[in-house]
Amino acid sequence: MQEIAAWFRSLYETTGLNFTIFYDPYDATQFARGVGMTIYLSVVSILISLVVGVIGAWLQSSRIGIVRGLVEIFVVIFRNTPPLVQIFFFYFGMGELLPATYNDIGLREPLLSNVQWAIISLSLFAGAFNIEIFRSGIEAVPQTTVEAAEALGYTRLGAYRHVVLPLALRVCLPALNNNLVNLLKTTTLAYAIAVPEALYAVTQIWAESQNVTEMMCVLLATFVLLVGVLVWVMHRWERSLRIPGFGQ
Amino acid sequence: MTEIKPMTDLPVLLPVRPPSVPALRFRAWHGLALVAAVLLFAPAAGAQTGSEELSIVGVIIKWMPLLLTGFGFNLLISVLSMALGTIVGLGLGLLQLSEFHWLSRCAWVLTQFFRNAPWLVLLFFAMYLIPYQFRIGDVTVPFPDWVKAVIGFALPVMANVAEIVRGAVQSISSGQWEAADSLAFTRRQTMWMIILPQCVKRMLPPWMNLYSLVTMATVLASVVGINEMLTLTAQVHNAEGGRTDLLAPLYAFALLCFFIYCYPINLWTVRLERRFNVKS
Repeated sequence: MQEIAAWFRSLYETTGLNFTIFYDPYDATQFARGVGMTIYLSVVSILISLVVGVIGAWLQSSRIGIVRGLVEIFVVIFRNTPPLVQIFFFYFGMGELLPATYNDIGLREPLLSNVQWAIISLSLFAGAFNIEIFRSGIEAVPQTTVEAAEALGYTRLGAYRHVVLPLALRVCLPALNNNLVNLLKTTTLAYAIAVPEALYAVTQIWAESQNVTEMMCVLLATFVLLVGVLVWVMHRWERSLRIPGFGQ
Repeated sequence: MTEIKPMTDLPVLLPVRPPSVPALRFRAWHGLALVAAVLLFAPAAGAQTGSEELSIVGVIIKWMPLLLTGFGFNLLISVLSMALGTIVGLGLGLLQLSEFHWLSRCAWVLTQFFRNAPWLVLLFFAMYLIPYQFRIGDVTVPFPDWVKAVIGFALPVMANVAEIVRGAVQSISSGQWEAADSLAFTRRQTMWMIILPQCVKRMLPPWMNLYSLVTMATVLASVVGINEMLTLTAQVHNAEGGRTDLLAPLYAFALLCFFIYCYPINLWTVRLERRFNVKS
């Protein structure tokens, strides 16, 4: 560690390339916390959006027309409006409408913090896309398979859980992969409501240390790395789910 | 290649069908019903906030020209960056298919890099690293903020268009190439006169999808301080004295504007996809 710090310090002195995060402990912790927050935001939002997608896709095959209509409206609205405006709408608009408590010096303490609102709006945004993705997967499962499951005495939910969803998941994994990468990239929007994630941390650092170019490169490299890790994990999952002789 | 025929005609897994046109479609009377509902509830909301302040609908109607101008600016940015990104992206996509190995490798790395970087980060990238003016000889070319924003949005568009082009060209059957070869077309002629015209049909739906994404991304420009719709919305909120009950309706109005613009594009894309019967 000492050598790395010394090397980057000498790099700054000789070339003027100022990578403060490698030798300044304050900047280093700030950056590490930012990246940690980005990972936290993405992991939690990915999990919630998957749940939203699975439940939504199931409801979309409901026999009740109103339920189908509501899911359809949800999907259509969240797919066709900018995610940043969604975040603002939830954080500023909805946040004001919810009840809040006041602390002992009279400051307003909202029910949900900005991190929680960011997670909610990101999950709903990605969840709307996931519903569409899972639906296309479910449509690829032949009706005969569902009928066979029903003939074996599965309930509708049971057939969905044990037969349809496992098959559909394998079909829609590539599209899901794309959407989750997109979600990881969208977490940067939380910057706009002052969630201390990677972009926010980096802007703080370059405001103090005057090293915009260097930090920009570090940030881009960080995201390329994070996306790479996510894609790798998804590919591992895809391979472990593969059934030989099944599908493509 | 011979395809392995299944033993029975029962399909194990159906091919993924192109998305169906949503069962639920919005018609003109839905919009009218919405407006009627808003107008009906407006007096109630106005009565709640007191007589001196404008009702919520009143505020929105009062500032609507300004907000819609901002929205127009969003659309201008989206069209310009889409045009720029498409032209450069087409070149990058063709470079990926180049016969020179290192050239196609470089283009591939460039594409993946800009595809995997978040839009907001690329926007920051363009805003901070492009100088505010260029000096060519004695002529000074100014680069106002919004031009830099256009470039910032054009970067991810470029990478995505490159992928669309590459995918479309590779999806054309190799028989087309061989037939062109036997008719003594050069590689360039084959690409421009035979392959690319066939690709247009396949590229159009994903390209329109991308346009709708760019339009929705233009609000990011408010984060770097460009006077587009979201910035104006915040300013309108301030001008009305920062009433907290106004925030939700104002942002809902912004959502509505984008929805009205993007939803028809989405419907149209789905319809084209069905007609051309290509996977996106």
